Amino acid sequence: MIKPMNEMSLSFLSCSANEGFARATVSAFVAQLDPTVGEISDIKTAVSEAVTNCIIHAYRDVIGMIYISVKIFENGKVVIRIRDKGCGIEDIEKAKEPLYSTGGEERAGLGFMVMESFMDQMKVTSKVGKGTVVVLQKELERKQAKSANG
Amino acid sequence: MDNGTVRLILQDDVLTAVLSGEIDHHTAQGMREEIDFTVNQSKPKKLILSFEHVGFMDSAGIGLIIGRYKLMESLGGELVVSHLSPKMEQIVSLSGVGKLAKIEKGETNYDQANE
Ligand SMILES: Nc1ncnc2c1ncn2[C@@H]1O[C@H](COP(=O)(O)OP(=O)(O)OP(=O)(O)O)[C@@H](O)[C@H]1O
Ligand SMILES: [Mg+2]
Repeated sequence: MIKPMNEMSLSFLSCSANEGFARATVSAFVAQLDPTVGEISDIKTAVSEAVTNCIIHAYRDVIGMIYISVKIFENGKVVIRIRDKGCGIEDIEKAKEPLYSTGGEERAGLGFMVMESFMDQMKVTSKVGKGTVVVLQKELERKQAKSANG
Repeated sequence: MDNGTVRLILQDDVLTAVLSGEIDHHTAQGMREEIDFTVNQSKPKKLILSFEHVGFMDSAGIGLIIGRYKLMESLGGELVVSHLSPKMEQIVSLSGVGKLAKIEKGETNYDQANE
């Protein structure tokens, strides 16, 4: 196992005002890897989707804690873990289907699809009544000519 | 934090909603209420959602577009979406919303209007 060059964790209440806070904070941390504008935008979007899901689905009628941890690696890999202790997902495969939503009128049912297409990898694990963990991974394009001992 | 705001310009039968800031589930709520209030009051033939000044959008933006499409359809009007950035277009194309609303790349001339 390669060790991360840096890591951080963050926890906050599931208030919708924290959607902007969470994606801005994660992207500020990932900025250490010198990502492109496009890569930062992809990460912001995916984090926003995962955090919003915790707020509107996991903690539908309650306020709970959302936990994020981010690891960045020398080779440009970013691993972001978003966890809630909310209601959980009964059928993950179904939840991941495009346009599937239990969220009512203004939900497009696109969140998981966006996370999957904007990141290189997405893993979802969940237990009904216990909560959900979403792990997102992306390999950033490393700019060459940045020798470590140079 | 860069909250989402909306500026509404009514000219003849066309209502232009100039969105700005960041669109997520949190900010979309207020934008939706403002747009719907004016649409229901003025019953325009056409609603233009301009994304020119939007710096960030997630799937809540798609929800906003689909919801306004349904509203305009119920009033017998049309919805136009303009000035999507390449990243926003990527989300829009995942959603298939292009089949509902007319997507315009070109200019809207709201800036000359009412200012
Ligand atoms: N953290 C979570 N806890 C519980 N249920 C979840 C969670 N995340 C997603 N879900 C379930 O999976 C479904 C699909 O999620 P997805 O993000 O793809 O769409 P959505 O949130 O319903 O709509 P959109 O993201 O387009 O606004 C949700 O409607 C919800 O039922
Ligand atoms: Mg979602």
